[in-house]
Amino acid sequence: MAKRGIPDPQPALSKIEGPVSALDELETPILTLSQLAWRRFRRHKMAVAGVIILILLVAYCIGGAFIFSESYANHTDTSLRLQPPAAEHPFGTDTTGRDILARTIYGGQISLLIGLTAMILEITVGVLIGAVTGFFGGWLDNILMRFTEAVLIVPQIFLLLVMAKFFGGNVPNIVFLGREFSGSVIVIVFIIGLTAWPYTARIVRAQFLSIKENEFILAARATGTSTWGIIFRHILPNSIAPIVVAATLGVANAITLEAYISFLGLGVRPPTATWGNMLEGAYNYIDQGVYWLWLFPGLLILFIVLSINFVGDGLRDALDPRSRAV
Amino acid sequence: MTKILEVNDLMTRFHTTEGMVYAVNGISFHLDEGETLAVVGESGCGKSVTMMSILRLLPMPPAQIAGGTAIYLGQDLLKIPDHEMEHNIRGKEIAMIFQDPMTSLNPVLTIGKQITESLRTHMFMDQAAAERRAVELLEMVGLSDARQRLKAYPHQFSGGMRQRVMIAMALACNPSILIADEPTTALDVTIQAQIVELVIRLREQIHMAIIWITHNLGVVAGLADRVNVMYAGYIVEEANVEDIYEDPSHPYTNALLAALPRVDRRRDRRLKSIAGAPPSLLVEPHGCPFAPRCEYVVKRCGMETPRLTPVGRDHAIACWVDIKTGAQR
Amino acid sequence: MTRYIVRRLLQAIPLMFFISLVLFVMMRNMGDPLATMGGRTMTRSEDRARLTRQLGLDKPIIVQYVYWLIGNDWTKIDMDGNGVAETPGTRKGILRGDFGLSLVNRKSAMQVIMERLPNTLILMLTAEVVIITGSLLIGIYAALRQYSFTDNLVTTLSFIGYSMPIFFVALGLMYIFSVNFKAWGLPYLPTVGMFDPQIGKTFWQTVWHMILPVITIALTSFAANSRYVRSTMLEALSQDYIRTARSKGLPRRSIVFVHALKNASLPIITVVGLDLPFLLGGAIVTERIFAWPGMGRLFLDHVSRGDTPVVMGILMLIAISVIAFQIITDIVYAWLDPRIRYN
Repeated sequence: MAKRGIPDPQPALSKIEGPVSALDELETPILTLSQLAWRRFRRHKMAVAGVIILILLVAYCIGGAFIFSESYANHTDTSLRLQPPAAEHPFGTDTTGRDILARTIYGGQISLLIGLTAMILEITVGVLIGAVTGFFGGWLDNILMRFTEAVLIVPQIFLLLVMAKFFGGNVPNIVFLGREFSGSVIVIVFIIGLTAWPYTARIVRAQFLSIKENEFILAARATGTSTWGIIFRHILPNSIAPIVVAATLGVANAITLEAYISFLGLGVRPPTATWGNMLEGAYNYIDQGVYWLWLFPGLLILFIVLSINFVGDGLRDALDPRSRAV
Repeated sequence: MTKILEVNDLMTRFHTTEGMVYAVNGISFHLDEGETLAVVGESGCGKSVTMMSILRLLPMPPAQIAGGTAIYLGQDLLKIPDHEMEHNIRGKEIAMIFQDPMTSLNPVLTIGKQITESLRTHMFMDQAAAERRAVELLEMVGLSDARQRLKAYPHQFSGGMRQRVMIAMALACNPSILIADEPTTALDVTIQAQIVELVIRLREQIHMAIIWITHNLGVVAGLADRVNVMYAGYIVEEANVEDIYEDPSHPYTNALLAALPRVDRRRDRRLKSIAGAPPSLLVEPHGCPFAPRCEYVVKRCGMETPRLTPVGRDHAIACWVDIKTGAQR
Repeated sequence: MTRYIVRRLLQAIPLMFFISLVLFVMMRNMGDPLATMGGRTMTRSEDRARLTRQLGLDKPIIVQYVYWLIGNDWTKIDMDGNGVAETPGTRKGILRGDFGLSLVNRKSAMQVIMERLPNTLILMLTAEVVIITGSLLIGIYAALRQYSFTDNLVTTLSFIGYSMPIFFVALGLMYIFSVNFKAWGLPYLPTVGMFDPQIGKTFWQTVWHMILPVITIALTSFAANSRYVRSTMLEALSQDYIRTARSKGLPRRSIVFVHALKNASLPIITVVGLDLPFLLGGAIVTERIFAWPGMGRLFLDHVSRGDTPVVMGILMLIAISVIAFQIITDIVYAWLDPRIRYN
């Protein structure tokens, strides 16, 4: 019998006299879940663009440190203040004569650090609380959910400002990965993490509530799997998708929030630079047409948040194509 | 008998990310005035896609009508401009009802609104006249308290009642053809029977032709005048309803009927199923689509696609083999 | 339906009490409670002792919470320390709007807040109208032209729009429409305050000054919401009932704006309703940059000066309005969706 269309993976049964096994009709190779996800991710052009931009930005912040030293970034020279972008200072200089390009490099490191660590804190607390409430339910669920709702009612930035003022003052400088910077960074990481966990907790709880009802959980119990086993080996792996998406978007959220509170003066204290606090007071000079104070840090924040949002959107499509992208 | 719809060599394809889906591959059939034609076949054989192609209800970017004609009252439905289709044909000359009445009715609009909107659009009635007609229609399909019901929402009805509402909606403008796409599949068996009875009764009152799509051979027997059997985007057999049951001449039809569990068979025999699975529609069809599963297959089946050829009065099949004698055609 | 409303209101009450409890605990631990509640700092120990008794700080914590909630003007306190309560208290409690005196200017905290509240409301409401209109128009347009160039452009712009930090938008707008327009001799938009002091607080002055701040607040939300409108419209348009509507030969206009939009509007309303906290947050940065005399700027000023009564007052007000808005959104949703309304 002549072959039809694409050759099948099992060519042996090409001469057909009678009914043929259904396996011969299989045209698609079997892919693992992560391979499938990767394929779907790759198709999402914006997500791929996002990954590229992200890599470039991280390279900028880390690689740039090899070109400009930190002391150069912090070196003030008031005779050079508010110089527009030129060959000597490609991004111009700020109000005390510091080179803005170098400051964006070191500032970027801090902003990224804050984004990542705040996200880790937020995810850890959020997953823990979400898992416990979703799985065990009962009075614990009730109380924790009331608490979660209460935190969610007040917009994050208000809470952050209050906590920043309260905890802000007197934390000593820290040395981490070869750099010394203001202790206020730790404070910021903490308060962002501690006000953002409700978002994750809600998502994780919803996942646990729905997966818990599935029959394979019942089967796992019937075969004697312990409670922790069920949580960690069965439910959590199935909830990974929304957690990964939430974590990605959480980084963007943390970077944005840090920028906001630093811009408002209650965030990371100078001289440690972050993209946010470089913008503080920039609007005072806007009448003089000094655009380079805010344009470059602002653009960098825009690019990193944009690229993370692209990646997050791609992840969402790749890991759970049934969910509606916003 | 006058033909009111004549479809010739209809081909419909879908452009998907996995490739081209060859859903309908050269279908030709006709429908006479006032007759009931059943279209039978398993899921995915292209019965719905055929009808949706004729009414041009498929979303055209992925779907593509690759060829063929569908002549209704002298016009080719596949070629007339969109607004004419919308204005003159759909809902007015040819109406369609669908499988799941819960999702097919708009949950946020009253059923009164959903019935009167056709009347107001196509028959230019004013609100009061449209409402009176809507009440008439609801009573015709067997719903009591029709006036009150106009203000109700779909979720306030049961499955069978919703399907009756859909029928009322479809009949609003007195169409010449009603296309029913598996209208009873989603309903309980007893409700199924009621709906079929309703349609039979209505058929007598309103002289209209019906195309009834189903995969349930039992429903066909009580309802249809003629039957088209479809497989993988082709029509494989076309016959009067009696001939289909008494003289099935295509291996697939034969196998379908043999697979029906029968009360008078011996209990200890296994049910006869058809070995294998339907072909992947992603592959461009070549040769007879049923060949890999056919008991009577010969070499020619894999090489040439059989065309529908008459084998008796009003009976045609697409097969290279005569299953009664084993001879090739 | 009324039962639903009542139920939602009842659910909100414990939540509000919970929040008030959290705020109370925060307030007691931030700074000097005597100063906070008394409205001034004092150093003389007799003054402190008297104020302690007046404010009820010598009572058990649960009594303090009660006094904070409903005041102590219905009971007598022991002012002179002799163990006998004889003077009536003066506090009315937060349930009657008494948050104490501002540490900054010794005016009643509530009064300070109320002076600024309308200004923020003007901004918020206008921004909300802009957001709703804009996202509906763009979202529906993009949904109808899915995958076209315009749609892809709109999607990309939306992403950029909601990734932009608000101050960047504000500064950018200021730079273009104010500084540069001025430099180019074009009529330019003002960037400071609510009205020009020389002209006075007229309607048109307010409108003119409101343009840049409103666009700043609205831009980010409107970018995100138009994507959401697009996706809910697409989802509605892919439903079976749209197939039915098309098979009935209904005109396109009717299918999109009646059949699809009515269904899509339900989740859209939820999203719009939940946007409020985000708008309030955005107001802080915007009011700061444009020197708009609103509640956001008030919050910022008073937080940095540690003025707890005003801060608590604003937080409570925000909490109440967010909860109220959530309830309103739920009610509107329930009323619009016949599946809930007629059940």
